[in-house]
Amino acid sequence: MELAVFYFFAFLALGSAVFILLTKNLMYAAFALFLSLVGVAGLFVLSGADFLAITQLMVYVGGILVLIIFGIMLTRTPDKTDDSQSANRILLNSRRRFWGLTLSISLFLVLIATITQATFRLSGMPIKSRSTIKTLGVELMTSHLLPFEIAGILLLVALIGAAYLALNRSPS
Amino acid sequence: MIQPPAIPEIIQLIPLKSYLILSTALFVIGIIGVLTRRNAIVIFMSVELMLNSVNLLLIAFSSYRSDPTGQVFVFFIMAVAAAEVAVGLAIIVMIYRNTRTIDINFLKKLKG
Repeated sequence: MELAVFYFFAFLALGSAVFILLTKNLMYAAFALFLSLVGVAGLFVLSGADFLAITQLMVYVGGILVLIIFGIMLTRTPDKTDDSQSANRILLNSRRRFWGLTLSISLFLVLIATITQATFRLSGMPIKSRSTIKTLGVELMTSHLLPFEIAGILLLVALIGAAYLALNRSPS
Repeated sequence: MIQPPAIPEIIQLIPLKSYLILSTALFVIGIIGVLTRRNAIVIFMSVELMLNSVNLLLIAFSSYRSDPTGQVFVFFIMAVAAAEVAVGLAIIVMIYRNTRTIDINFLKKLKG
């Protein structure tokens, strides 16, 4: 079972990475990068790094991917006109209705089957937590305190620099 | 002194070699993307893939050794990657404003 899950997430990550290489559509590449990052996050969970998986989802999917999509939209060459006021359209077709519906409904059925079979530990039953948050926090705040502070300053400098770089300095 | 967590039973079912092969494949795909694609944003995505494969390898090794230091390193790599993407995309947007293209083959003014 665990091996099957491993191979599923590995296939997700690798397949989406290959798709990024092959596709011509930048938006598809961005979505494939999303799938690849999700696959790697699943592998993080499988290796017992739950906090880093959540961080991966928040930083990469929530931050970096949105930034990349903004970059795609800002640098899209307009089809014909050079007019900077015209919309930069990203062409996407929505034709794969059958596969989308089939995949979503089968995922729903799988989830429902899992939920009905699971035994939830409710009140009164002890839970043995195996999260890595505590270890990671203690490590960050004791033996790796200086790199932690430097990383914070680096992020601050980089974000201010990025905002300054991307400032629109044209007189109009 | 805190006790490092024991190896999760779940990871013992998956050989470390699988993680190694997967990370290597992801890294090489990233290298191919950087070397062959001409769109600057796709090159960026490939760099992200390479960083991710390194993260995966670090986490696999840290789990096998029951050593949380690898996970701390992954944390720092994520912070640096966020900074890198912010600055890099700002630079790409500026390049686009000045040259109206992000095809890297057109950026050869410094070529001797």
